[in-house]
Parts: sequence; C-alpha cells; structure tokens
Amino acid sequence: MSKDTRTDSTTTSAGATPAGAIPTGPVQPVTWAASYEEEPSQASVPPQPGGMTALKPFGWAKDNLFNTPLNTALTVACLAVLWYAVPPMANWLLLNAVWTGGSEICREAAGACWSIIAVKHRLIFFGTYPYDEQWRPFLACGLFVALLGASGVRAFWRPWLAGVWALVLVAMGVLMWGGVFGLTYVANDKWGGLPITLMLSVFSIAIAFPLSILLALGRQSSLPAIRTFCVGFIETMRGVPLVSVLFMASVMFPLFLPEGVTVDKLLRALAGMTLFTAAYLAEAVRGGLQAIPKGQYEAADALGLSYWQKTRLIVLPQALRIVIPPIVNQFISAFKDTSLVTIVGLYDLLTAATVATTDPEWRPFFAEVYIFAGLMFWIFCFSMSRYSQWLERLANRYNRR
Amino acid sequence: MKTSLRSLAAAATLSVSAIALSALTMAGTAQAGATFDGVKQKGYVQCGVNLGLYGFSAPDDKGHWAGLDVDMCRAVAAAMFGDSEKVKYTPLSAQQRLPALQSGEIDLLARNTTRTLTRDTANGLNFGPTNYYDGQGFMVSAKLGLKSAKQLNGATVCVLPGTTTEQNVSDYFRANKMNFKPVVIEKNEELNKAFFAGRCDALTSDASQLAAIRAAEAQNPNDYVILPELISKEPLSPAVRQGDEEWTNLVTWAFYVMVQAEEKGLTSENVDNALTSPDPDVKRLLGVTAGNGKALNVDEKWAYNIVKQVGNYGESYERNVGAGSKLKMARGQNALYTDGGLMYAPPLK
Repeated sequence: MSKDTRTDSTTTSAGATPAGAIPTGPVQPVTWAASYEEEPSQASVPPQPGGMTALKPFGWAKDNLFNTPLNTALTVACLAVLWYAVPPMANWLLLNAVWTGGSEICREAAGACWSIIAVKHRLIFFGTYPYDEQWRPFLACGLFVALLGASGVRAFWRPWLAGVWALVLVAMGVLMWGGVFGLTYVANDKWGGLPITLMLSVFSIAIAFPLSILLALGRQSSLPAIRTFCVGFIETMRGVPLVSVLFMASVMFPLFLPEGVTVDKLLRALAGMTLFTAAYLAEAVRGGLQAIPKGQYEAADALGLSYWQKTRLIVLPQALRIVIPPIVNQFISAFKDTSLVTIVGLYDLLTAATVATTDPEWRPFFAEVYIFAGLMFWIFCFSMSRYSQWLERLANRYNRR
Repeated sequence: MKTSLRSLAAAATLSVSAIALSALTMAGTAQAGATFDGVKQKGYVQCGVNLGLYGFSAPDDKGHWAGLDVDMCRAVAAAMFGDSEKVKYTPLSAQQRLPALQSGEIDLLARNTTRTLTRDTANGLNFGPTNYYDGQGFMVSAKLGLKSAKQLNGATVCVLPGTTTEQNVSDYFRANKMNFKPVVIEKNEELNKAFFAGRCDALTSDASQLAAIRAAEAQNPNDYVILPELISKEPLSPAVRQGDEEWTNLVTWAFYVMVQAEEKGLTSENVDNALTSPDPDVKRLLGVTAGNGKALNVDEKWAYNIVKQVGNYGESYERNVGAGSKLKMARGQNALYTDGGLMYAPPLK
C-alpha cells in the first residue's frame, strides 16, 4: 500500500468514492502504524455509522454495477446464474442433506449424503492405522499443526523454538511408531491418511528449502563444476513431471538395488518430492538473487566480507524477502502435489478418501467424499496463503522506512 | 472401469518392462529358496495388494485389510508362521505391481492379476492357482426370467465403446448366431444409469464389476441377475517371482488347502473336531498323519492353521464377495468342481 492511497482514503468525503473505500461523515481516526497486520482492503474500510448511509448501497450499485449498458447486462447475467445455481446447491449441500444414518436413507434423500463422512471419516483421516490406536495419529497431527501454527507467530521466533521442534518431532515419532512407553508398535506401512499428507508435504518442503538455496547459489557460482551440477540438476528436475519422478523413485529405483535391499516406500516418495520441490524453489530463489543490485555485492566485497558472510548477511536476507510470494506458491503447490503419491500406492488423504468410496454400499456418494477431501486441502492451502500475505507485509515494513 | 485400468496397466507395463527386463536377468538367477528363507527370517509375508477393490482387497471401515486376495496372503502367512496376521500389505497401483514383485519389494502379489502367457514368461513371474475366475458377463433384470446368455437373441446391450468388452460381445453373439443391438455410451456412470433406467436389456462388463455396480447403484439389487455364462477369461491368480520353487510351492498348496478343506467340509468352526476324523485324506491334510508339512518345509500343522484362521475357500468367498458380502456374487465358475465349477485341488499327499 503506497502513501498516496492512504491520504486518499482518509481525506475523501462522501460522494465520489474510490472502489473498496466507503468513508462517511467525519474523517475516521485510523491507526496506520498497525495496519501491516491487517488486510489493505479491510484497513481502508472504517466502520460505518448507521442512518444516513441507508441509501448508500443503491448509490454504490448504480455507480459500479449499472453504470454502462454492458455492465448492466453483465450484472443481470451474473445474478441470473447465481439465481439458478445457488438455491439448488444450497438445497443439495445443506437443506436436503442427510447427516446421520445408513446408506438406505441417503438413497432416498434428494440432497448430499454427509453420513458417509460420519461412517468413513476414520478411514479417510487415518487409513489402515489400527483402529483402536488412532488417537495416536490424531494427537500427532494435532501437535504438528499446533506447532506449525505457533512457528508462524513472531513472538515465538526464539532459539528455543528449534528445541521445541526437536521435542515435538520425537514425540510424533513415538506416537506414530510406538514400541515404547507401553504403546504397541505400528510399522509405517500401516500409516495413512492425514498424517502421510502432512508429513510428506512439511518434510519435503522443510528439506527442500535449504537445499534450494544451495542450488540457487550454486547456479550462480563461479566454479564451473558446481555450476554445471546445479544447472543440470535443476533443469533435469524441471524437465520431467512429478509423476515420473515418483515413478522412478518407487518403481525403477528398487530394480537397481541388489535383491533383498529395499528402501522404505515412504522415504523414497519423500526423497522424490523433496528433490522435485527443491529444483522449483531454487529457481524462485535465483530470481531473488538476481534482483539484488550489483552495488550490494560490491559494497559487501569492499567491506572485506568473505563469500559466506556476504551471502548470509547481505544477499540472502534481501533476496528471500523479495521471493516470499513465489516461495509460498511453491509450498502450496508442493502440498497439493502430495496427492500424486496415490500412483505409487501410498495412502495419503486423497487415496484414503478414494478407497472409502469403493465400498459398494456407499459408492453412489463419492462426490461428498471428494468435496470433504477438497475442503481439507483448501483449509491447509488457504491458511498458507493468508500466512504468506502477513509475512510479506511484515517483511516489507523494513523497506518502507 | 476395470478394463481401462487394465489397458493403463498394460501401457505402463510395456514402458517399464524395457528396463525391468535388464534387471530381471539378474533377478531370475536368484538362489533357490532365497524368497522362502528371506520370508522366514523376516517373520512376515510382504504381500502386494490392490489399493482398494472391494471384495478383493480393501481396508474396511476400521482400517483392517479384507478380501479374497487378502485371504490368500493370510493363508500363506498361516502356513509359514502359524499366524495369519503376520502379513505386511503393500498397496500397489496397477502400474507398480509387476516391478514391485520383480524388484523383491514384495514376496507375493495378490492383486486381482490376470494370468497370461506373457506375464508368466517374459515378465519373470510364476503364478499360483487361480483364486478367482473372473470374466465378462451379462447382467439383466430378474423380471425377464432369463436363465442363460444364449437367450439374449435380439437384446439391446449396454456397452462401453472401443474396449475389448465391446469386441467380446459381438464375437460372442456372432459365434452363437444371435443378433444384438448395442447401446454405446462413453461414460461408465451414464452407461450404468441407462441400464437401470431400462434403456437396454443387458449390461456387460466383468462379472465382479457387474456385481459391484449392482450393489452400488441398483434401487433393489435383488431385481437384477448376472447370467452364468462368462464370455472372456480373466483368471485372477496370485504371483511370485521366478527362481524360488520352494516359495512357489508353498503359495500354490496354501491355496489348494482352502479348496480341499471345502471339498471335505472342513470349516474354521469344525476343524478342531475334524482332528479326530478317521478319513485318511483329512488326517493327511490336517497333519495328523505327518508328511505334507515336511515336504513343504513348514510345520505339520500348516494346513490346520490355514483352515482354522482363514477358513476354507467357500467361507472366504461367501465372506468377501458372496452371499455374506455386499457384492452377493453367485459361485458360478468359482464353485467346486463337484458343483460344476472350476475349483479343483490336486491330492494333498
């Protein structure tokens, strides 16, 4: 948000209103200092006093929706689409939906059959994990998500957070595998559902990110061997689809190992995803590196900083700040890509959901299951996207000074 | 759907087999007994199964693997370790299944795999006895009162276009000098809807698939019957790697035990009483008269454990795909030979 629009929205009087800002009456006192924590669009909409603004929506609609014949036609067309689409959808999703009971009730009903979620949610979330022990992956996922959330809060960005991470990871391992503290041992071929999706995505992102920085730096290196290797790796990975990387990792790789030697399936898929994500991230990071003015490098050299000092103190802090949006974009895409592991027979959330629909009794209600799985993915991706917006504003605060 | 899966699998197999073959030349020379000893040492059977095919291998609502193929894995574990739970399941996609077996990632493949000559030879596999005879069949409304596919002369048949399914139907009708009118619809769901809406007299697909469609989509599954004739061969069989006859033998005979037990009327419930049976066949089967176990290099109680823990073939069939399941498939070709089916166990002696 630039300084101009701020002055604009605070001083414009009622009447000609810029889109998105509806100031009324006296100028609202706005505390801009804290605005980086809020959405720009929200920040510029001060609370409206009632009464005199009763006619405002009509005025706004006239100015924005019906101001030209074309706009009027488009508005009417959109309203017509909504009129035809929304009521049946609401009927199907909510009003006529079945929330509990058996599949016979669902077959009679006109609406969605949410009771399939009630029946199958344990299978969808935890796959083939032993039924009576499913509180363990539940707790592990809860811990993991809570920690991920906490790690995003600025007040917690202290050295001890690394310690907490180590502790939680150990706790997760204990919960998922068991075998100690009286927990029965559960081999990881029985893991499935949400834990697989979360672990694959978070670990592949967490390992890929530092790897990608090294690759991006290597690609700019003046040492030919390193540069060639990095360019070769990045271009190879970017040149093939993720599905084929997973295939290589899961199907071809074991054929090259001596008989009897096997690497865990989950680990192979994780490695494949990590390398793939790292290549794409590296290109995003390279974009940041190239955006740093040459003067910064030269100034660092002039100060007598070594290569690593220069990179760590001058280049990377600036470069990474620039590339937050593309990096988060990659994170989100990596999260969604985990659903591809179904082709190598791993039980992620989407696979478990698909399997839930193979039961002939419930097969007609596959749409509900996919909507539910989609909602799960949306929750995680949307949270990431919102978080990145907050992170961006936080980072750009320094630039504005 | 199964047909498209199969063609997908075929395409993938082709692409993979090029490289796989080079690896196979090594795998094929594995020492005799390597798999058998490896399994014994590990303490469990690593079994490749379908990701989720109801009735054959799929986790139930509580995440337990269940199905006809899963019972095959359990029978082998019961024979080897006396405990049918000593199995680790590796869910495999259609593309992965053969390489997974070739690379040694799994010891046994029980994943609704059709036995063919190419797979038996070029792909380096050995197949055990067929544990489910599938094939393309016809489903009709029970109201028509049909008893045989031979009565379908002049019928309209709902069929997917451009598949071997369509080819098989026209071959069958031509061979039997009958006419039919195909109703060709691109999408599976719409094809099924058209059938249940009465747009055609018969729906054709693999029999197991027809049963699943009937269970899932018919208003009342009892209003529809699957005719007994199967017009294509899909013998679904367990497979192992070539090069370990000891292991192949165990898998083969573990299945025959289930068939033989059904023929002798032994079930998981009455097998304890049968231990005192005077029948010499039963005595040999259950290890009361020793010999079979030693020949297979397992405990003499191996067959008893299979019957006790997994059940005979009929029990497994009814539980997973037959009357006791949601699929409600008739035995058909999967009945014992004494009942006109194809299930026949050689003498266990």
